[in-house]
Amino acid sequence: MTERAADTRGDAWRRLRRIGAPRLTKANVLVTVLAVTLGFALATQVQQTQEAGLESLTQPELLRVLDDVSQRSARLDAQLGELQRNRDALRSGVDTSAAALQQAQDQVDRLGILAGTVPATGPGIALTISDPGSKVTAVHLLDIVQELRNAGAEVIQVGGVRVVASTFFDDEGTTVYADNAPVERPLTILAIGDSATLSAAMSIPGGVVDSVSQRGGVATVSIRDHIEIRALHTLIPPRFATPVPAATATASPTP
Amino acid sequence: MIPAIGLVVGIIAGLVLHPTVPLWAQPYLPIAVVAALDAVFGGVRAVLDGIFDDKVFIVSFLSNVVVAAFIVFLGDQLGVGTQLSTGVVVVLGVRIFSNVASIRRHLFRA
Repeated sequence: MTERAADTRGDAWRRLRRIGAPRLTKANVLVTVLAVTLGFALATQVQQTQEAGLESLTQPELLRVLDDVSQRSARLDAQLGELQRNRDALRSGVDTSAAALQQAQDQVDRLGILAGTVPATGPGIALTISDPGSKVTAVHLLDIVQELRNAGAEVIQVGGVRVVASTFFDDEGTTVYADNAPVERPLTILAIGDSATLSAAMSIPGGVVDSVSQRGGVATVSIRDHIEIRALHTLIPPRFATPVPAATATASPTP
Repeated sequence: MIPAIGLVVGIIAGLVLHPTVPLWAQPYLPIAVVAALDAVFGGVRAVLDGIFDDKVFIVSFLSNVVVAAFIVFLGDQLGVGTQLSTGVVVVLGVRIFSNVASIRRHLFRA
């Protein structure tokens, strides 16, 4: 069996070799032509298939492609809308926060000037009091400050001390203290505000200049376009006072 | 031997020349190629069976190609071109498989 099988196998290979041997018959040439044609067609078709575009697709396939494309387009449209909304929201958010920041900065500036925590500059007057007899006391200084405030002074400095809401004046011997800091003589007082109004307020009859000269001193008011007040007040956080909650404050006004 | 070389030459020529299939031939060429392949495998099998005949091979090759193309054409006219193409490919595929199996048995006894 094995032997016969081997024989048959040998036969097959021999036949293949025999038929494969180059013969130049008409039929062989024709077969070769057919083979060339087949190979050519095969390669052509393979390439055609590989580079086939939409034109080789059937109608249902085209419909599916179209459907895919339109779904994808709708999805992308939705995405585009969402992203645009996000962008707009972010942009307006930036604007809003910039405005809020500006507002906050303005508030900080205002409060800083009011609380004396930032240097201030502007038009105003410089008041110098030469007082050889040291007759000008804390009470007079307080009067001067009141008078300046009455005339609309926004920022006041006495000696080296920034005058704020909590500032107090005190006497010890012949030395005047502002916020526990001695004020050197001659006393210098700087005030920022409408300089004409301020100087007028100082010079009115019976006003500051008058009362100082009554005590044997000389008060000089000089109007300046540009006064810089660099003395700062150090804020001390309140220990006892806390703000009343907003809701309660509006509900029950202080009696 | 020469036809095998011819096949290779044809493939190379197709790759190099890169021809465009004319529009009218586009539905038929794939089926015709499969039909021709069937004829080729049939021919090889006939060689191994010892019953190969040049004339029979040429006629079967050409008729295979023409009939396959005609079936597809007919199917297109009847509106069942896709289904008929599939059917032809299935039939030819089965024939190719059985021919290859026969060739394999002849050459390797397995």
